[in-house]
Amino acid sequence: MAGVSNGHDGSSFKMPSIKFTKLFINGQFVHSISGKEFETIDPRTEEVITKVAEGAKEDIDVAVKAARVAFDYGPWPRMPGAERGRIMMKWAELIEQHVEEIAALDAINAGKLYHILKGGEIPGAARTIRYYAGAADKIHGEVLKAGREFHAYTLMEPIGVVGLIIPWNFPSIMFVGKVAPALAAGCTIVLKPAEQTPLSALFYAHLAKQAGIPDGVLNVVPGFGSTAGAAICSHMDIDKVSFTGSTEVGREVMRAAANSNLKPVSLELGGKSPLLVFDDADVDTAAQIALLGVIFNKGEICVAGSRVFVQEGIYDEFEKKLVEKAKAWVVGDPFDPKVQQGPQVNKKQFEKILSYIEHGKREGATLLTGGKRIGNKGYYIEPTIFSNVKEDMQVVQDEIFGPVMVLKKFKTIEEAITSANNTKYGLASGIVTKNLDIANTVSRSIRAGIVWINCYFAFGDDIPYGGYKMSGFGRDFGLEALHKYLQVKSVVTPIYNSPWL
Amino acid sequence: MSALSNSGGGGHDNSFLKIPTINFTKLFINGHFVHSISGRTFETIDPRTEEVIARVSEGDKEDIDIAVKAAREAFDSGPWPRLPGSERAKILMKWAELIEENIEELAALDTIDGGKLHFFNKAVEIPSATNALRYYAGAADKIHGDVLKMNGEFHAYTLLEPVGVVGHIIPWNAPSLTFFIKVSPSLAAGCTMVLKPAEQTPLSALFYAHLAKLAGIPDGVLNVVPGFGPTAGAAISSHMDIDAVSFTGSIEVGREVMQAAARSNLKPVSLELGGKSPLIIFDDADIDKAAELALFGILFNKGEVCVASSRVFVQEGIYDEFEKKLVEKAKSWVVGDPFDPKSQQGPQADKNQLEQILSYIEHGKKEGATLLTGGNKVGNKGYYIQPTIFSNVKENMIIAQDEIFGPVLSLMKFKTMEEAIKSANNTKYGLAAGIVTKNIDRANTVSRSIRAGVVWINCYFTIGSDVPFGGYKMSGFGRDLGMEALHKYLQVKSVVTPIHNSPWL
Repeated sequence: MAGVSNGHDGSSFKMPSIKFTKLFINGQFVHSISGKEFETIDPRTEEVITKVAEGAKEDIDVAVKAARVAFDYGPWPRMPGAERGRIMMKWAELIEQHVEEIAALDAINAGKLYHILKGGEIPGAARTIRYYAGAADKIHGEVLKAGREFHAYTLMEPIGVVGLIIPWNFPSIMFVGKVAPALAAGCTIVLKPAEQTPLSALFYAHLAKQAGIPDGVLNVVPGFGSTAGAAICSHMDIDKVSFTGSTEVGREVMRAAANSNLKPVSLELGGKSPLLVFDDADVDTAAQIALLGVIFNKGEICVAGSRVFVQEGIYDEFEKKLVEKAKAWVVGDPFDPKVQQGPQVNKKQFEKILSYIEHGKREGATLLTGGKRIGNKGYYIEPTIFSNVKEDMQVVQDEIFGPVMVLKKFKTIEEAITSANNTKYGLASGIVTKNLDIANTVSRSIRAGIVWINCYFAFGDDIPYGGYKMSGFGRDFGLEALHKYLQVKSVVTPIYNSPWL
Repeated sequence: MSALSNSGGGGHDNSFLKIPTINFTKLFINGHFVHSISGRTFETIDPRTEEVIARVSEGDKEDIDIAVKAAREAFDSGPWPRLPGSERAKILMKWAELIEENIEELAALDTIDGGKLHFFNKAVEIPSATNALRYYAGAADKIHGDVLKMNGEFHAYTLLEPVGVVGHIIPWNAPSLTFFIKVSPSLAAGCTMVLKPAEQTPLSALFYAHLAKLAGIPDGVLNVVPGFGPTAGAAISSHMDIDAVSFTGSIEVGREVMQAAARSNLKPVSLELGGKSPLIIFDDADIDKAAELALFGILFNKGEVCVASSRVFVQEGIYDEFEKKLVEKAKSWVVGDPFDPKSQQGPQADKNQLEQILSYIEHGKKEGATLLTGGNKVGNKGYYIQPTIFSNVKENMIIAQDEIFGPVLSLMKFKTMEEAIKSANNTKYGLAAGIVTKNIDRANTVSRSIRAGVVWINCYFTIGSDVPFGGYKMSGFGRDLGMEALHKYLQVKSVVTPIHNSPWL
């Protein structure tokens, strides 16, 4: 059974007081027009942390108006990129000064590991802001060659008012991953954080104002998908929507955009990413990568390597090592620095994962380890591994979004590629081999937007990141992400007596 | 009344007519011309005479399915994406040559199918199409990913991979140009495709497919399936095995395309939709040239151009003289048979369009605009309309807001530059815009202030193979032409691997 830490030691962390629970519109924290509020729950205890103002369509309308004025008349797009960059750098500093408080917010809101938030994720968020801050004055159009006597060039213009809808699994990284490039480009924003995890977003908004981001440029409206989210997608005065979340909701987003003002959308959806482990892999290292690949962040990550294919030569030894490591994995309170896996984010996810585990058993897969809830308070689930799976089983095709891996054997490289691509998704993939030819062939053959070779989850601010197939389209991170928030304008004028063409 | 070339009414001299024999009327799938599965055919009409030119096979969902299977096979297992870019380039260049060898016939096909001016097809449009083809042929081996800097000990790079099987849906107003601006970059990128030409104008597309095969494009790579929007077009937009769709057409259908894509396999779409593009003429303009430009901006291709400058704003200092010159020029514009080299404007593409335009003209009169010239059909055979100009137009009139897609212009006056910018942007569209001034500050300010994807300064309709072209706002998203267009047919894959002992970071 997976190791469990026995509750938390209160002296090792400070529960934050929740300062920001209202909508942030036009530079002020305000109640929702309806006055309604909703509860945000702590998945460690299943108890209410606090109530948060619930934004709906009318609040989105007010936020969009503020963002529209800020874009059409305000200083933000009219500042030189370097000045936007300075303000964003200041914002990154303020975030670093408050890293503990923000880390605690994400830990109690989403059950994420405190030490990773504090040491990795939140500083990472600040770094991402700095990356785009530095890019703000490096957004270049092109002067075109032109086949005739014309002077023609492209301008990369900020697209305008952008709607951002982010999920609950990485509240901070998702927040800055979308906000930073949009701001750098000169756009203004209405962002809806996930209803499960609104707290850090509101804190970031507060710090944004302190940093000097003008009123109306960044608006944060907590609320639910079917109300506030839908209002963003179908708003006639939002120029673009960027969405990260499930495939089902992604469809709604695109349809609403088509039905309203035909705003372009970018979608980052789910995944069922394959990890291919070849015969020449170091078995211990590979097993470590595989385990981390599926239970990092309790499996609540779109790029989780949830399907692991191992070449037959090392399969038996690999399976043995994998199960050993899974059984030693420590599941417990995310504030405990010894813990490697916290609770699932909420009851709904928790029940869904357990239901998939039951499916797996019924479908005839072999349960190697795990499969059950841990304890009777908090949404904790054991690291779970199935073997002897067939590729058409639900547990192999559906995204489970929890600590559940399916393990399968393969013979040849061609088989591995076919199996890897046997999914409607196409987000990420991993390859473990030192052989150069295998690495090159397989990386080009897998239909996925990210390929990790001898590593997994290697993120970087400058690595574009997004899906093939039904994992969506559009890229976050990298300079590539700026394109979502820019529009190309071509300007053409005749010239006379040019000494060259 | 506008001048008529003597082919619009009574007896005519047909010595300039070169009606081609129609060689290709079936679906082109997997390298062969085949009947539709249903066996159904539809008529394609000559808008000069309102008569049937030929019957063309009518593709439907089941034909699209077969075409997609062929394209999928060609992409997943065939040679096309596996050829080096330079080899794809050679084949595309050969195709361009074959098109030039057959240009008379192709130009004639577009003339009888779409009512477009024959000399223009031959001298301008089809050469522009082959220029685009050659441009992208030359780009096929210049598609570069990036090697990334990385913040730690990793080697990371992006691959720009062909997206796969692409669906193209093209309109009837520029059948040759729209065919090549979509097909060329997608072929260069290594994609395979299923293209549905407009039901009004299927003929040149099928000829191009025939020439493509002769040039050496492998079977299954380019499939052309004529048919109707709600059947064949919808089948493309909702196909579960098409990886991306590129659409040029109306807003209404653009919505359908995006919705179908969302409901099916969430394929990315790019949409190039309508426009109500403003032309702003400042006080310092040469009035005669400006009037020439404005008239051309609305009457080129009988107004059936998405970037037509259908709203003209003239600064008050020169307004009266401008209006006078414009009307003069409009009245001497020659409307007539598009094979006649003297004609400047042929018939509208079909009956639907004719009726829609005439209906908008009635609206304009009812809304209280002043009809300066035109407003009526020309002759009683063929879909010919007089160049039509309204003045005293208010910005919220239907004729100032809706895309009419015909030879109808709304003329308005303005005082200040700020006013002009505001009026220019007072539209749900954002495709093109024109500015006439020699003042550098005005040109720079106004070009940045108009929310449109293409801004022409002291010119109009200037397109180039390397100038990206597409809309802001409800004119759509995504760009055709330029290296920019390749991105619609490529997908970014990031590849990351740790490195050890690197001497630099």
